[in-house]
Order: sequence, then C-alpha cells, then structure tokens
Amino acid sequence: MRTIAYREALNEAMVEEMERDEDVFLLGEEVAEYNGAYKVSQGMLDKFGPKRVIDTPIAELGFAGLGIGAAMVGLKPIVEMMTFNFAVLALDQVINTAAKMRYMSGGQLSCPVVVRGAGGAGGALGAQHSQSLEAQYAHVPGLKVMMPSTPYDAKGMLKTAIRDPDPVIFIEGEILYGLQGEVPEEEYTIPMGKGDIKREGADCTLIAWSRMVHVCKQAADKLADEGIDVEVVDLRSLRPFDKDLLRESIKKTNRAVIVEEGWPWVSVGGAVADWIARDLFDWLDAPVGRVHQRDVPMPYAFNLEDASLPGTEQVIEAVKKAAYVA
Amino acid sequence: MAEVVTMLALSPTMDEGTLAEWTINEGDAVEEGEILAEVETDKATMEMESFFEGTLLKQLVSPGDAVPVGAPIAIIGEADEDISDVLAELEGGEAGGEAPTEKVAEEAAAAEPAKTAAPAEEAPRPAAQAETGRLKASPLARRMAEDEGLDLTSIQGSGPAGRIIKRDIEEALEGRGAAAEAAPEVALKAAPTPAPELPAEDIPLSQMRKTIAKRLVSVWQSTPHFTLTMDIDMAKAMAKRKEINEGLKAAEIEAKISVNDMIVKACAVALKEFPAMNVAFQGDHLKQFNEVHVGVAVAIEDGLITPTVRNTDQKGLRQISSEIRELAGRAQDKRLKPEEYSGGTFTVSNLGMFGIDHFMAVINPPQAGILACGAVKKVPVVEDGELTVGTRMKVTLSCDHRAVDGAVGAQFLQRVQRLLENPLLLMV
Repeated sequence: MRTIAYREALNEAMVEEMERDEDVFLLGEEVAEYNGAYKVSQGMLDKFGPKRVIDTPIAELGFAGLGIGAAMVGLKPIVEMMTFNFAVLALDQVINTAAKMRYMSGGQLSCPVVVRGAGGAGGALGAQHSQSLEAQYAHVPGLKVMMPSTPYDAKGMLKTAIRDPDPVIFIEGEILYGLQGEVPEEEYTIPMGKGDIKREGADCTLIAWSRMVHVCKQAADKLADEGIDVEVVDLRSLRPFDKDLLRESIKKTNRAVIVEEGWPWVSVGGAVADWIARDLFDWLDAPVGRVHQRDVPMPYAFNLEDASLPGTEQVIEAVKKAAYVA
Repeated sequence: MAEVVTMLALSPTMDEGTLAEWTINEGDAVEEGEILAEVETDKATMEMESFFEGTLLKQLVSPGDAVPVGAPIAIIGEADEDISDVLAELEGGEAGGEAPTEKVAEEAAAAEPAKTAAPAEEAPRPAAQAETGRLKASPLARRMAEDEGLDLTSIQGSGPAGRIIKRDIEEALEGRGAAAEAAPEVALKAAPTPAPELPAEDIPLSQMRKTIAKRLVSVWQSTPHFTLTMDIDMAKAMAKRKEINEGLKAAEIEAKISVNDMIVKACAVALKEFPAMNVAFQGDHLKQFNEVHVGVAVAIEDGLITPTVRNTDQKGLRQISSEIRELAGRAQDKRLKPEEYSGGTFTVSNLGMFGIDHFMAVINPPQAGILACGAVKKVPVVEDGELTVGTRMKVTLSCDHRAVDGAVGAQFLQRVQRLLENPLLLMV
C-alpha cells in the first residue's frame, strides 16, 4: 500500500468530499493563496477556485460564525482554525450557536459544520500556542469531537466528519502533520464514535488519542521487553467515545491507564476514568492510572516543555504501578 | 428504658447460635446475671446470662431459631413499658428477622467486648486487614472471590498495603496461597457438587457440623500434611495396664486406666522433651508452647470435639484418665465450656475401639501434629529371626510440614514408642 503524510491524508479527505458534494467548502486563515499554514489545503485553491476555498481575515469569531451560518442554511463548511489555541476566540459561536442549534430549534435546524485545525503541543511555541484544549469541546453537549492519530485514521475520520449532520470539532496533532502512514487509494470512512486497538495486549490497557497514542506504543514496546503485555486503545473519537471497545479491553486486562497531552483537572482523561470506575468497577484489579501534562502553562524552553509533557517513562511507570510490579 | 438483648459470641469460633430454650418467660422478672436462655453454639450448649435487670418484655426468637451473633433476641425493660417504638425500629432494619440492624450490632459489639475471652487458638489476621480491621481487595478480586466462594480473609494480599488482587485469588485457587495462616476460613459453599436426584432427605447442618466443615476444608487446603507410621510393641503396656487396674480394683479405687490414657500421657511426656513438636505455625512466625495441653478427639452426636487435658505432662495416669472420662462425658451432653475444648497444643485420636488398624487424622489447627492410633492387636512378628506372635499398635503421626519436618516428627514418634514400650517410664 502507498505511504502518505498525515497532512496529505487530510488534504485527500477534503478534496474527495468537495468533489463528491458541491455544498462542501473550506474557509480559514491562509487556506487558499498560501495553501494552508501547515499545507493541509495544498493545491485546493487551484482545484476548486476562490468561491470554495476562501481566505479569511484573522478574525476567528467572525469566520467561525460565517461557517456556522452557512451550515444552518444548508451548506457544509469546513472551518480551518490555524491552531485550536486561536479557536478559543470563536468559542462563543461554537458553543452557543453551533452546538445548540439542533436542540434550540426543536430539530428544525442542523449545523453540519466541521471546525478543524492543529491542536496539542508544538515544540517550544510557548504557553499560548501549545495547548490541548479538547476537553473544552468534549464538555459541550451537541458537539462531536474527533482526534486522529494516524494518516489512515485522519482521512477516514475527516470524511465522516464532513458528512456528519452535526457540528464536529476535528483536532489534528500539530506534530503529526509530517507523520507517514499507509493509506489506501480506494474510498473508505471510519464511523463516528469508533475507537481502535493500536496494539493488542493482555496485562494493561493504555487509553490515548492523537499524539499520545504514539507515546503509548513506544512505552508498550519497552514494557514488552520486561514481559508486560500492554494493549493500546486509540479513542479516536472523544465524544461520543467507544465504550464497547474499552469494556472489552479492560475486561481482558483488568487495568487501565489513561494518557493525555492535556491538563489533569476536569479533563477528558478524568471523565474516562470516572466512567471506567463506574461501569467496570468489578473488573478492575487496580485503581485507574492517569498520565497527563503537568498542571501548569506550557513552558517555553525545550527542556522544560519536555519535562512538562507526558513521555514514555511516565507511561511505563504508570503501567507498572497498575500492574503491581513497580 | 427498654434494652435489646442480642446474641452473644459464646465461643471463639461462633458466628451464629441456635436458641435451644428460654429459661425466662415473657412477663417474668429477670436479674442481672440470671440465665436467660440456653444457646447451642458450634461447640456446645451454653447458658446465656442477662446483662440487664427488669422484666422480659418480648422474646424475639423461638427455640430452634438460628440467630447470627449480634442479632436481637429479646427486649428487657420496665414491667408495663411500651416497646412499640423499639419493635418498630427493629422491624425497620431487619430483613426476615435474622439480620441485625447495624445499630443493634454496634450496640452488641460495644456492650460485650470484654465478655468474650481472647481465644487462644484464634488465627492471626492476614496482613490485608491486620492494621485497620478493614480488608483491602481490588473490586476484581472481590468479585472473583465471591464467584469462587473464597473467603477473602483467608488470603494474603500482595498489592500495596496488603491489597488482595487478582493474582492472589488466582494463586489461592491454584491451591498455593501466598502464605497460608493457621486457620483460614473457607466458605462452606466452596465445593458443593450437585447430588444425584435420588430419594433422599435434606438434613440441616448443625452449628457444629458447619464449623467442622469449614475448618476442615480450610485446614486441608492450607496445611501441607505429611504422615509417619510406626508399629509400637504394646505387650508391656498392656501388661502394666492390667496390673494397674487390678491394683486399683484391689484397693477399691474407682478408676480404670485405658490404653488411650497411656498414649496421651506418652505424647505429653514426649512433647515436653521435643518442644519442636509442640508448636503452631502462625504465618510469619512459629509459636513454641512452653506448656503441654493434649486434646483427645471425642466423637459425639453431630460431630467431633477435642476436650483438652491441661498440663498433661505434669499429671499422673490416674488423673489424666479421670479428666478425660469426665470431659468426654460432658462433651456427649454438649456441656463443655470453650476453655475445656480449646487451647490444646497436640491431639490424640484413637479409633482402636472400632477395630481400625491404621488411619491418618487431619490436623487440628493451629496445632502442628495429631497422632492417630489404631487397635492393639495380636499379629505375627519376626523376633530374632523367628516368627512369633506379638502385640502391636499402629500409630500415624500427621504433621504440619510448615512447622515440623520429617526428622523431628520421627524422633518424637520414636520417643512415644520408647515410652509405651517401657511403660514404667510413664510412671516416673
């Protein structure tokens, strides 16, 4: 199978969906002339013209609202946020309008918008540019939240997001754009709310999404050398999340460690841990473990950023603790 | 103010008692310390005293009812006191009249802690609950134990702070529990194999039968037994016994020494000499007793009990004999007090009177040994290369291998043999 980059997979998903459905269009800062800040929309202006690939001013609240309005009258906009750090400016439109429209209109209006862009830690970009803010969106009823970890998932999940009748927050891993992976030529989609087992194992379930899936896989490889057989579950979709998959995995391993790039308090990991403790209480042999960013703004210095983010060492330590071998 | 009388723990191992008989009727006055009822425990029928003075206003259970320790059984108060509130409160928290309300249970616990003497043979608590009295186990371990009918208190936890985790349960199920202790409890429901559907009668388990079942399952599962068998030449002992009994008769003393009395005495003397045999395995240490108390297994209706002769090594044959006779008699009537059947350091079990040649007895925890004695028989033996008729008894010593090794057991047994083959040594 051919190998392409994560950003190319996203590009293909958008191109294929725009070819398939003329109501789909892309707008955002530098998506057209500059081919995207991270080159995700490379070549799309040439292919679809300025009516369907639209450069906007640096005004997130405004163009998010424009996209949401367009969705409410029947179009299917993809709103690119240069990064989700800046999408905070558009939270009012996303939370107060997009998320609520189906509910508040008694089902008369839907809002099939995709808000997508880069999220997570950058690489010495500082506290305002290196944040994992998915919990803010996953918190809100009415929003669906997807975070792919591989090129294959990125393409299949983005196509599903574009076709979804409701607002979808699609957060890409900023450091994952160059990641290469196998992506088939033929058409496929990945259903909403379906997680994926990225590595099979029997002794402990590591639960992660986006870039942390790769950290978990590295940790799992090292743990395997020590005879600890770890299963890595990629949630892929944070809301809804794949309860069936987690149940199956934890019933097998009896242990769970949740690894997230974001902060610990009131986070996705906290919510998943809560659900596991309630739903799978009788299957647990150890408290649910958690690995996360330090509860501080991201430091600017490379070495401190590294110290702040979860890495394989912390994951290994957490798994050993859960497996009672630490 | 009306007081609720609750079922007391009248023996160290009792967790349920059957009310045998009320000795005070409803409406009658009762003094503090007066006997209120007779209660059949797992070991004996005991008299239960009242802690309260007043009038027995209400009997909450009937003779024959099995009542858990701590559950309410009666109400005592002023002669014309209205107890409808008390009754309502008891009803409220009480499902089916058996389970005690928490409050009542707490009161019971608070009311009589000093009453139950610290039992000498209570097993050491496993680490999981040693410090706080709270048992730590993972939810999974709890569920597995429940599914398998395992009692968590019998399992040593290997997790943080002694938490019982999946692997501990798995090890326990594989019969190699991490560190077995003297008397782990194993639930009765552990091994019920469905009985075939044939005409039969279901007989309810007596308290004693339940306790025997529980304790034997646990000791059999947790205690690695090894056995040593030898022949003892009983010719001299039998002759000496005859001589003694004739002497007693001639002196018009009403006493009769049995073979078993001589065996008990021989064991006591040998135990004094081999303290390594007079021990109890306690999980993380070995308790070596300074005193020798030999128990004698006595079959009674419903089960088995081991009345114990205290300081057996210091007593003469006649005294041992009369004590055993007296204790065994009262055992038959289930009138033994807890201190009379507990605290033994070794047990003798004799089935010789039934014509049994040889058998192996199960250890009586936390003791480290039990001697099983067969019948004294005339058998062909080879002496100085000649086939002749000898008088022999086969004895089998079962040992707790965690506490005692083969050589210690063998030396002890050899000493017992020497004492019985030279019975004069038992007299001095």
